[in-house]
Amino acid sequence: MKDNKNSYKLQVKNINVYYGHNKVLKNVSMHIEANTVTAFIGPSGCGKSTYLRLFNRMNDYIGNFRKEGDVFIDGRNIYDKKIEVEELRKTVGMVFQKPNPFPKTIYENIAYGLRIQGINKKNLLDEVVEHSLKQAVLWDEVKDELKKSALELSGGQQQRLCIARALAVEPSVILMDEPASALDPISTSKIEELIFELKKNYTILIVTHNMHQAGRVSDKTGFFYLGELIEFGDTKELFTNPSNERTENYITGRFG
Amino acid sequence: MNNALKNRLIDRVFKYFAILSTLFGLVMLFIFLIDILNQGLSRIDWSFITSLPSRFPGKSGILTALTGTIWVFLLTTIISVPIGVAAGIYLEEYGKKSRMANILEINISNLAGVPSIIYGILGLEIFVRIMDLGASLLAGSLTLALLILPIIIVATREAVRAVPKTIKEASYALGATKWQTIWRQVLPVSSGNIITGIILALSRAIGETAPLIVIGALAYVPFVARTPMDEFTVLPIQIFNWISRPQKGFIINAASAIIILLAFVFIMNGIAVYIRYRTQKKIKW
Amino acid sequence: MKISEKIIEKGLWLSAFITVVTTVGIIWVLFSESFTFFREVSLVDFFTDTQWTPLFTKKHFGILPLLTGTLLTTVIAIAVALPVGLTIAVYLNEYAPKNLTRVVKPLLEVLAAIPTVVYGFFALIVVTPFLQGIFPGMAGFNALSPGIVMGIMIIPFVSSLSEDALRAVPNSLREASYGIGSTRFQTAFKVLVPAAASGIIASVILAISRAIGETMIVAIAAGQQPRLTLNPMVPIETITAYIVQVSLGDVPHGSLEYKTIFAAGLMLFMLTFVLNNISFWINRRFRQQYE
Repeated sequence: MKDNKNSYKLQVKNINVYYGHNKVLKNVSMHIEANTVTAFIGPSGCGKSTYLRLFNRMNDYIGNFRKEGDVFIDGRNIYDKKIEVEELRKTVGMVFQKPNPFPKTIYENIAYGLRIQGINKKNLLDEVVEHSLKQAVLWDEVKDELKKSALELSGGQQQRLCIARALAVEPSVILMDEPASALDPISTSKIEELIFELKKNYTILIVTHNMHQAGRVSDKTGFFYLGELIEFGDTKELFTNPSNERTENYITGRFG
Repeated sequence: MNNALKNRLIDRVFKYFAILSTLFGLVMLFIFLIDILNQGLSRIDWSFITSLPSRFPGKSGILTALTGTIWVFLLTTIISVPIGVAAGIYLEEYGKKSRMANILEINISNLAGVPSIIYGILGLEIFVRIMDLGASLLAGSLTLALLILPIIIVATREAVRAVPKTIKEASYALGATKWQTIWRQVLPVSSGNIITGIILALSRAIGETAPLIVIGALAYVPFVARTPMDEFTVLPIQIFNWISRPQKGFIINAASAIIILLAFVFIMNGIAVYIRYRTQKKIKW
Repeated sequence: MKISEKIIEKGLWLSAFITVVTTVGIIWVLFSESFTFFREVSLVDFFTDTQWTPLFTKKHFGILPLLTGTLLTTVIAIAVALPVGLTIAVYLNEYAPKNLTRVVKPLLEVLAAIPTVVYGFFALIVVTPFLQGIFPGMAGFNALSPGIVMGIMIIPFVSSLSEDALRAVPNSLREASYGIGSTRFQTAFKVLVPAAASGIIASVILAISRAIGETMIVAIAAGQQPRLTLNPMVPIETITAYIVQVSLGDVPHGSLEYKTIFAAGLMLFMLTFVLNNISFWINRRFRQQYE
């Protein structure tokens, strides 16, 4: 995947996004290195979720979505006409705000990503299910009840299942859209530990409302406000010594 | 009597009037079912079900009508279900917001309001004459299939719409195509409600009389239909025919046939209600 | 996009498009056959002649008797279904305990599930003899009995659509009314029903359209005598019953008599089409009002 250490994993060049006449992202550019965690923060409606969804083209389904500019993953322009959006999404996994397991068994939830690629071999699926659940630190809790409906798991377990499900197709990038916002503090900390673990093998982008979370898990942080990337830099730097007044106001809780 | 008291009295009186109104329909239903059972139940036996029609009420049976109804049920299912479900999926998942989808939507609402006898006229001209199918089972089933298509489409749309967007997004995010998402996620989740709608639509189809009379289904068919190209009769037409006869014996036959027809309709409705109930219980988001 | 995805989408589209073909087919069949009918019968005669006797030797082609017959049974049906249906809707919405509503509603729906030929039997065999006991001069075939039975059939139709309309009225309005000390009756009829009026009217128009198109009840119990009358005690014939009558006889294909069913069908189609669309239009306006 990352053949060249010097080249960036993700590159965004002068992105503008419109919903109809509404400009929701204004001239955003960014470089992200492989095997890092990057957090996007900002008040609701600032465009951070839209921005995250650019990387797996989930905005494509929104009727009046339009964009200018380019997004590169491993040097490839993902909005190029030759790119199959389904192929792209196999390399860019996503975890959503609310746990959204399929109303199927735990096993089938994980196997789904492979089955849609036509992979149905039982021993291979078994292996991937086990491996993915282990990576998501869920294996020990569910290994005896893989045939149970995923809807019977607790919220925190469901979210880890969704992470395992995303890992099963072996992506190199994982997008997380406020992955812990619907969870209790204990589940949240489990997810955060998991993110830290996953960083070894994946490049992770995370949108969060929770600034402490951003501070805890991320290497770099980008602050969005009204569609603009106000500030982007090392997380420690941004939180302790923000260069922009609006960033400072936000992280000190003066608005948001 | 002061005003407040008067108002409360009116309120009370209306309440009892309302209870009576609500009971009115139900009581009528009850009287009616009792009356039918009373008239028809004693006539139902094995020979009534297995006999051909006859000039003599006592010898007449519903064999041809019953087999005709079963034929029509099967053929109408085969024709209407795939088309109706496919159209419903298209409108809900693919054609949203386009001008064409708008036209399709208004058109389907209108079709749902077209009197059933008009479908008979359509079937007579298109299927019986132009396509030269004659007054066959196939022509009748095609006609009924068109008649219930709007019901199936609307039921499918509502069922598909009820599937949470988050499930679809999760599927897309794993690299599933649109159709994979529909086939593997949306349809399994919505199938309970779709099947409920289909059963209700089919129960309507097997109770239909007028369009089949118009396409020329016969009241008197002295043989059991063997292929879809055979002429046919169905239970409702047999009932209609018997009601039109002056002899008391045929009225009793009609009541007996109504019991059989209602049994079909009520069982189908019961199954539909049960599936809907099961589906609602099973899936909590 | 993959080829298979494209093919599937086309297939689904084609299925949806069949509904358009159906509409075009209905309109084409009705208009083309009616067109040849109206080459032989003038529109003026069609709408002004007071007799409809296409199957007699002395032929008249005046649609009026069929229209009045249709109108008569429809008015009777609505006279039954509207007060009862609306009262049920108000009752279930404002008065009845939730548990009762949960039992009563599906039971009422049973009324709508019964095949119409069965209602025809009910009208002819049960209701007509009963009414003859009250009105001794009443004919065996008449408009009153099928009208009433048709009314019973469409009660759940009116009640469930009216209930939807009542439920769409914002709770704030309801609370405001109770807040100033109104009774439930006053709240229901002075506040909720007026507020939901257009939704209720839309449902009634749809019910009228349904009654106009209803066939088997009138074909069985109203008679086959096209008669320009508003007397509910005598045999009449509706547009729908006439089409059934011709279909049962052996009128040769292509004859003028045969074409009458297309002219009558066109009349029926246009009536219901206009009513349905007025109803849709009102309903859309109504829903916008509270959204």
